Amino acid sequence: MRIVDSTLEWLEDRTGAPSAIQHFLNEEIPASAGWHQVFGSIAMFLFMNQAFTGIMLALNYAATPGEAYNSLRYIMSELTGGALIRGLHHWGASMMVIVVVLHMVQVFLWGAYKKPREATWMVGVVLLLLTLAYALTGYLLPWDNRAYWGTVVTTQIAASAPGAGPYVLRLMGAENGVGVVTFARFYAVHVLVLPPLTMLLMFLHVYLVRRHGVAPAPGDELKPKQKFYPRQVAKDTMAIFAAFAILFSLAVIARAPLGRLADPTDLSYIPRPEWYFLFLFQLLKYFEGPLEILASVVLPTIGIGLLFALPFLDRAPIVRVTKRTMAFVTVILAGVIWGGLTMAAMRSTPPEASAADNAGPSEWRELSPEELAGVGYFQAEKCGSCHAIGLADEGKPAPNLGAGGAGRDAAWMIAHFKQPSSMVPGSQMPAISLSDSQLNALAAFLLKLTPQNAMKLQDVPAFALQGALLYQKNRCSMCHVVNGVGQKTGPPLNGLGHRRKAEWVMQHFLDPQKLSAGSTMPPYKFSAKENEAITNYLMALP
Amino acid sequence: MSSTEATHQNRRGFFVRITQALGALIAGGLGVPAIVYLFTPPKTRASGAWVDAADLTQLKLRTPEEVTFRRVRMDGWKIITEKSTAWVVKLNEGEVVAYTPQCTHLGCAYHWEETKGEFLCPCHTSNFSLDGKVLNGPAPRPLDRYQVKVQGTRIMIGPQQPPQKGA
Repeated sequence: MRIVDSTLEWLEDRTGAPSAIQHFLNEEIPASAGWHQVFGSIAMFLFMNQAFTGIMLALNYAATPGEAYNSLRYIMSELTGGALIRGLHHWGASMMVIVVVLHMVQVFLWGAYKKPREATWMVGVVLLLLTLAYALTGYLLPWDNRAYWGTVVTTQIAASAPGAGPYVLRLMGAENGVGVVTFARFYAVHVLVLPPLTMLLMFLHVYLVRRHGVAPAPGDELKPKQKFYPRQVAKDTMAIFAAFAILFSLAVIARAPLGRLADPTDLSYIPRPEWYFLFLFQLLKYFEGPLEILASVVLPTIGIGLLFALPFLDRAPIVRVTKRTMAFVTVILAGVIWGGLTMAAMRSTPPEASAADNAGPSEWRELSPEELAGVGYFQAEKCGSCHAIGLADEGKPAPNLGAGGAGRDAAWMIAHFKQPSSMVPGSQMPAISLSDSQLNALAAFLLKLTPQNAMKLQDVPAFALQGALLYQKNRCSMCHVVNGVGQKTGPPLNGLGHRRKAEWVMQHFLDPQKLSAGSTMPPYKFSAKENEAITNYLMALP
Repeated sequence: MSSTEATHQNRRGFFVRITQALGALIAGGLGVPAIVYLFTPPKTRASGAWVDAADLTQLKLRTPEEVTFRRVRMDGWKIITEKSTAWVVKLNEGEVVAYTPQCTHLGCAYHWEETKGEFLCPCHTSNFSLDGKVLNGPAPRPLDRYQVKVQGTRIMIGPQQPPQKGA
């Protein structure tokens, strides 16, 4: 290993880096240091994880509204490992908030913010605020409904700040609502402003920790000190590894949400902030009218002010952690209030609403029931075993139908379905034995095919197909509109999931007049299974 | 070395090894997905659609025609329709080839020199014969080709063939 030694020697001589690292690792820390002091290191690791996965995402991400959504969807469904990388970034953000708070709680309980470490604590509070700023700006970047409407609420809250409101709103580029300028600002802050600021403050934070040394427990001062390396480093690494293992599992098991493309006209959408902001969201509900500003601006400002001022409010000398009853009471109280508000907010979220967002994007939601039933016939008749409908030919014998049914009109197709060789001499295709209206649906679907939607239509869930087939069979479109198709005698069925519960819809099919008096809808005696399929289909409509 | 010192050394060694091992696992946990993510091509391979590009009966034997056709392909998260051209040649009855319109040297557009009976690239004067071979100039390999199939009288152009090696 002479080459290693001589390289190290060269590095030492020219840069001094090896001895600087040695010096850093050999820091003396109190004998009492141990597992309770690992959170800072975990937070630093999670920051590096966010930076790394963030860069990975940026390599395939288009930072403009609309395109952002499409590129993220591409990352998650087209790129191998893309969903995992986004999962690490998405869940890593949540974990970052948790770990930063745990780090603060530890420092608070042990009283490590006291003289001479006040500045370390205050820089830490700024780092907490930066973490929340990442969360707030990053929330908009997927540009789905959740992102859009969540940010609408955020900007409205900012606008209500007394005096500064209009200026903050202008700075966010949101005076005329959330739009392209808002998006550009949020993205720029998220990737250009916050990271260097965080790195600078993290450096300052660690420098201050080194300057004053890790806070010792009282009575510890006289015991022989231990070195940071290798014992504490190993403990930190084990804790980091545990955090990483949890994060990685989460990213594998739980798919990071990507709802439907942001729709500023979708007034039925109920915005919900990220879980760690839910308590503020709930707090807003208790302060109405002119008092609202208390919850949206005044209380959070006071809270942050108190955090900043903490080292000056509590000037008592350091005591053992076991004797800090008041600190424990404070933490528990804060935890209970936070938990209570969060629970209340979660309980008030209608499950149907959240299910509709989590179902994610799907082209089939935009088809009319007739066209969707066509997908059902296409699958039932196994057209796909000879015809490709995507972009690739996949070596199938029959023509690719991926561009509006290969350029034929509906009449041609129906004649072809009934007697294939009448339209294409020598065709090997078997005749399709479906009724005229079913063949119409099949042709309508094929006409709707574009290279853009074709490949995405291949995985329509079974309930949607069955639901659409029932809808078609029972001629529901004689009275109802879905996706712009149908008569307007009855109420339109889009957004039903936001208006009714599934239970209600199922009962309504069996006996409409019982639930809506004066309705002219005839009862439909569906079997339990059929009723479930058509109800699920209707509930899933955008 | 006393026994307490030996235990101390052992513990130290254990801490160092566990730090290294867990550090390597984390680096792998992030690094391997990143490498897969960056180097695996997207799942939907949107090549392979055949495009109707020319009429066989309009083509004179051993006279190249430049044909224009529209092709749909994936460009990242976008599905784009782009205009492409090809030089189509009926080399003899039953053999039709289509060349991609770029010179294999540095990608300039070449053209057909009627008088000389060869393809000429104006950038660095590479010449190609009717069957695509390099006659002279810096071009490293013959003209690249599209897959071609003839259906009745229609000439269908498919995806690009892998480049041929050598001149």
